[in-house]
Amino acid sequence: MRIVIVGNGITGVTAARHVRKAADHSITIISGETDFHFARTALMYIYMGDLRYEDTKPYADEFWARNGLELVLGHAVRVDTAARCVVLASGERVSYDRLLLATGSVPNRFGWEGEYAEGVQGLYSLQDLERMEASTTDVTSAVVVGGGLIGVEMAEMLATRGIDVTFVVREQRYMEYLLAPDESSLVESAIRAHGVTLELGAELKRIEVDEAGRACATHLTDGRRIEGSFVGLAVGVRPRIDLAKASGIESGLGILVDDHFRTSTENVFAAGDCAEFRKPFPGRKPVEQLWYTGRSQGRQVAAGLLGSPQAYEPPLFFNSAKFFDLEYQTYGIVPAAVSEGQQEQFWTDGERSIRIVYRSADQVVLGVNAFGIRLRQNVWSHWLRNGATLDRVLAGFDQCLFDPEFTLRMEVAA
Amino acid sequence: MERLDPTLALASGPSKSTSRSAQVMAGLALLLGVVYLFGLHPFNQPPVLVAAVGLLLSAAVIADRPSGDPLSGSRLGKSLIFGGLAFGVLALAGLWRVIPDWILLTVSTGAVCAGTVVLARARYGHGSGGIRNHGVFTTPMLSRGGVAWIAAIVLTGFYVLLYWFPQSLEGIIRTIDPISYTLRGVPSDQWFMYGTFYSLAVLVMGVRALYRYRHDRYQRWRTVSVILAQGFLAYLLPHILAAFNEPEFYFSYFWPLKPEYLWPGDFGSGWIWNHPGRLGRFMVIWGAVISFVGVPVLTYYFGKRWYCSWVCGCGCLAETAGDPYRHLADSSVRSWQIERWMIHGVLVLVTFGTAILWINSAMEGGLLGSFSGGFARVYGFVFGSVFAGVIGVGFYPLMGARVWCRFGCPQAAILGLIQRFYSRFRITTNGGQCISCGNCTTYCEMGIDVRWYAQRGQNIVRASCVGCGMCASVCPRGVLKLENSSLEGRLNGPVLITSDEVDVLEEDWAASVSWK
Repeated sequence: MRIVIVGNGITGVTAARHVRKAADHSITIISGETDFHFARTALMYIYMGDLRYEDTKPYADEFWARNGLELVLGHAVRVDTAARCVVLASGERVSYDRLLLATGSVPNRFGWEGEYAEGVQGLYSLQDLERMEASTTDVTSAVVVGGGLIGVEMAEMLATRGIDVTFVVREQRYMEYLLAPDESSLVESAIRAHGVTLELGAELKRIEVDEAGRACATHLTDGRRIEGSFVGLAVGVRPRIDLAKASGIESGLGILVDDHFRTSTENVFAAGDCAEFRKPFPGRKPVEQLWYTGRSQGRQVAAGLLGSPQAYEPPLFFNSAKFFDLEYQTYGIVPAAVSEGQQEQFWTDGERSIRIVYRSADQVVLGVNAFGIRLRQNVWSHWLRNGATLDRVLAGFDQCLFDPEFTLRMEVAA
Repeated sequence: MERLDPTLALASGPSKSTSRSAQVMAGLALLLGVVYLFGLHPFNQPPVLVAAVGLLLSAAVIADRPSGDPLSGSRLGKSLIFGGLAFGVLALAGLWRVIPDWILLTVSTGAVCAGTVVLARARYGHGSGGIRNHGVFTTPMLSRGGVAWIAAIVLTGFYVLLYWFPQSLEGIIRTIDPISYTLRGVPSDQWFMYGTFYSLAVLVMGVRALYRYRHDRYQRWRTVSVILAQGFLAYLLPHILAAFNEPEFYFSYFWPLKPEYLWPGDFGSGWIWNHPGRLGRFMVIWGAVISFVGVPVLTYYFGKRWYCSWVCGCGCLAETAGDPYRHLADSSVRSWQIERWMIHGVLVLVTFGTAILWINSAMEGGLLGSFSGGFARVYGFVFGSVFAGVIGVGFYPLMGARVWCRFGCPQAAILGLIQRFYSRFRITTNGGQCISCGNCTTYCEMGIDVRWYAQRGQNIVRASCVGCGMCASVCPRGVLKLENSSLEGRLNGPVLITSDEVDVLEEDWAASVSWK
């Protein structure tokens, strides 16, 4: 049995490890990006000089050979579904019995004038990072467009190099689609405290390009012009589907899969960022481009690669991020504004905050947002799965704290 | 609104190249100083002058600000450090006879200390604080660049002189006389001089650590502890005891790190025990009780951190002066294998040696004859001097600050065995939160591959962990927490590998475990 995985990101590698644990099939991982799996989440730390590229590799280089995982560095351009082989740009053909497409995402571009000029880019791959390194060497001011997690990372990266950063965010307040107003303002202060100029309610119109073909300024829809010879475009990512398209595998926004990760083509699976569920799970998006989701799906799709596909059930939602020095964790369902039948409680001491959302009828807790406070995942999972009430949560709140010893607790009480 | 320190800028612009040339010049100057210190006198006095001029020039170059850029704290700090070093070289050279050496050296030391604090404040003192490891791998001094090698040579050279050619340090030793007379009524010797500079380094770099980690109360308390432990238990108290004609006893060291406290005879505890008055006997009993009762009990409750990163003098220096070099510890499996053989080998050796010495003593010299003093001396030379000093500290800028603690310290070996097999301490991994970024592994000064455990959802229970808490501090996702809790559930399996994180999270942790 030959199993081939396209993509050595978290989804592909997690799937490979789970297949290897269960069977001694031949496993080949193809990547056009790097020789070895690295932590995409750590790209910013390489740029800031906190880590070197080799420090971001979660497994030692010997790990792969020792576990019989064959790595191929090459760009997959087409899947010959009839002959069951993956065709690489080099012309090489890698044949498979079962194939997983874990091709991840590509940064979005929306047809702005100048968006392909030199010094304009997104940040997703190691190559993006190398390009960013090369094009920011002599930059003194830069613009980052898009208030998502990549955007704030790019702003931090540039700021640590002493570059003046203008952070252009379309929303009227930061992440208004996800956060409550008080939470937004915590993040906004964290961003501004680091000298970044945060422009809320601002939209990109076009990028001005100089004679040399390099970006030199950014124009907003309100007519303002912001100097800056580097423009970070962090306006979301979309599934990388070119391989599927070139191979006649059905795709929409992403590569279309059923709840067993099966694509329209037999023996071809897709998971992670690139996959779109034909029938989305209740309360979840059809494409969920989160690192944790990628890992979870990688583990689940392994069953399919082993020959006994299992229906995926998304685990309890959680996510985490860091906005400059402000850590963020979320568990369960936490809408920006509570809807009918829901209530919320919010506590803050000006630097940290907790927001708990619960059902009005029976006080059962639905989810939590924490800024600047570390929460214990297993305690919160336990509460959310077992329908803990607000009283129960508040009574035992000490149990869910995960901050370092000696941390002063923020008062959280009904 | 405060900007991040622009001197942290990594982009290679004019500012960076100036700073680099200044560093190279300063390095060369220091190297010349070492040549002089070794008493080689290749060019008589002129090279020393050259060295001093070089250092002063570097100080000036760094202080020289680009137009429109105000003299920043970090530039001021750097020029104070380099200027202070220049004064030190002048003092050592015996130039400027008109000014007494001790004044020059006080000015020199004072300027270096003040410069360090000013620099730390400029870099870490603004805003609300947070982890600032930016540029660690692009700064030559911190990433085994040329200057780091020079610094290692200078440090190693200092230890060589200290242990084997103390007469060459006579000039510095004499300058400490005023402190020595005040504290203990006798002139300084090389060990008093060493202790003074050691404690000063812990204090000044401790202040730097307090600035650097001031957002993290665990790190703050721990840093306060190491400053006080070194300053009081390992410096003031022993010398005050000496002033009162009592044995110069270090309450924060005991067998087997300080094996002679439990060795028989005059080279060991014998002379302390037989000292007039009762204090000597108390000291010997105190040492024995700490070694055999204090160590297991405290390590059961708190892990080895109660000693290694809160009290021990070696740890005090590593956690302060060695803090900039944490990321240099090798985290490969190979180094872990070497570490286990070496550290337990030293433990076996010192235990065996102690037993032999006591048997020999009981047989009144029937086993070793007069060689027991010889064994004590050889052990002291190989492990006390070469390993702990020359390699342990001299190699800070190349191999990190915990070489001795990790590969050689028999005390750490004992504490580690207890921590691994019978302790309430562990580093808890927070479910499935790890994003495998690698900050924890990189900044572990003991070279533990923390990420290996964290990304499997497994708790970290390792003999070598000194509990400095840096993995938890640098983690961007709140995945790690040092804690003392019940033995049950401490050694959890790799939950993300053997099962779905969801299953494991179903376990009724909240009900079954008290997280106090």
